[in-house]
Amino acid sequence: MAKELLIIGAGSGGLILSNTVARALSREIRRGEVTVTLLGDRDEYLYQPGLLYVPFDLMRPAELIRKVKELLVPCVTFMHDRATRIDPESRQVQTRSGRTLTYDYLVIATGSELDLEETPGLKEGAHWFYDLPGAIRLREALSRFQGGRVVVALGLPHKCPVAPLEFVFMLDEWARERGIREQMEIIYAFPLNRAHNIQTCADWAQSEFDKRGIQLETFFNLDSVDPVRKEVNSYEGTTLAYDLLVAVPAHKGDAVHADSGLAVQGNWVPTHRHTLKVGTYENIFAIGDATNMPTSKAGSVAHFESEVLAGNLINLLTGGGAPHQYDGKTFCFIEAGMHKATYLSFTYDQPPVPGPPSEAIHWFKQAYNRIHWMNLKGIV
Amino acid sequence: MADKVVDARGSHCPGPMMELIRAIKAAAVGQTIALWTTEAGSKKDIPLWCQKAGQEFVGVVQMDGYEEIAVKKVK
Ligand SMILES: Cc1cc2nc3c(=O)[nH]c(=O)nc-3n(C[C@H](O)[C@H](O)[C@H](O)COP(=O)(O)OP(=O)(O)OC[C@H]3O[C@@H](n4cnc5c(N)ncnc54)[C@H](O)[C@@H]3O)c2cc1C
Repeated sequence: MAKELLIIGAGSGGLILSNTVARALSREIRRGEVTVTLLGDRDEYLYQPGLLYVPFDLMRPAELIRKVKELLVPCVTFMHDRATRIDPESRQVQTRSGRTLTYDYLVIATGSELDLEETPGLKEGAHWFYDLPGAIRLREALSRFQGGRVVVALGLPHKCPVAPLEFVFMLDEWARERGIREQMEIIYAFPLNRAHNIQTCADWAQSEFDKRGIQLETFFNLDSVDPVRKEVNSYEGTTLAYDLLVAVPAHKGDAVHADSGLAVQGNWVPTHRHTLKVGTYENIFAIGDATNMPTSKAGSVAHFESEVLAGNLINLLTGGGAPHQYDGKTFCFIEAGMHKATYLSFTYDQPPVPGPPSEAIHWFKQAYNRIHWMNLKGIV
Repeated sequence: MADKVVDARGSHCPGPMMELIRAIKAAAVGQTIALWTTEAGSKKDIPLWCQKAGQEFVGVVQMDGYEEIAVKKVK
């Protein structure tokens, strides 16, 4: 009997993991000793970090999309279907089309999604750039924007915790370059009493806010939006009038986690921070945004976790152990405007220290945006 | 006595703060929520949040390996 690896979610984590394992075990797969199956509810992959550039018309939607099949090594079996239920006892996954898939090892890599329903009025009154239709709509709104008050309001948790900061720094420079910054106010409204949950990052952001004249509204937990009066309200009782509202609402995990009894608060999957095992199961793992781990929900985290887990799965599928442990490694580029960038690099034990932004790091991020595809294939 | 305990021990920033806010939102006016936390920043941030949100900060009690922070929903 072949050993079966099933991965749910054809995003950053799912693709890197399935390609890495399948490449290492291509001989075993050809001999019928191992199978690697990737189950994804979308047959196209969207490079989400590119969404940051869409509102400013710096990347086109078509540049961000590739067919999943083109990104997979040949010995991975791709199934375009949605997991609707996971049954750890019988080691089976049910799909929307009515199929039942079996596994020896299961990896949950289902990502995270915006919760647009939780804040009344948000869908009608706000813009966002965290999905493709939202980013395109914001591009249209910005192309018409002549000045006024922009409020950027955030919920927690959200993926890529630096993207909203990058957005306001880019917005500031975009407005200066168009000569409309004087007619504009930018307010960054954050749920905590600083601009970021990581203190060193918050300190750096604050110094950039001061330089650029961006106002910080602290302890602002999104409560409701009044699209008619153009006001956004916080649970703490603050009301901000806006001309343009850009929201990054809190995210949630996929419904299949709760439907399978595998979810904690927020629909996240309870995952061990070092072994990546789910709950008490020895043969179920989770990577990327879907977990409840104390990491950033970032593509780099999904990538580093995939490398660790691939090492363990390659061993497990060929009769070995699982010695590799994830140490919280995270790496994030941060655009500090249109022409310079910095980065954060950290682990569970070492907090990040942002360095001074430079043009070289900006070009490095731009280059990465173009070679990301090779990363997914496990080439870079 | 708290009406509800939110056990956020082991959870990192901003976990405890977000869990407390969620519990306060769900509570009835007059109820007290006790947050159990091991995250150092909670003790400093929660009184400030109470001030801004107009809720009553009841106090912090040092327990065995964690802190209990009590907040009363007054509006
Ligand atoms: C605007 C923006 C900017 C960003 N910038 C950066 C950055 O600069 N650096 C960085 O590191 N990260 C960045 N990120 C975050 C990064 O894109 C995500 O953290 C990363 O994609 C997470 O990978 P994942 O595999 O966990 O989830 P995803 O890549 O989101 O993939 C999850 C996949 O699972 C599928 N799925 C979900 N449920 C099911 C189901 N039940 N059955 C089958 N399939 C399912 C989904 O459709 C999706 O295809 C950014 C994100 C955004 C939105």
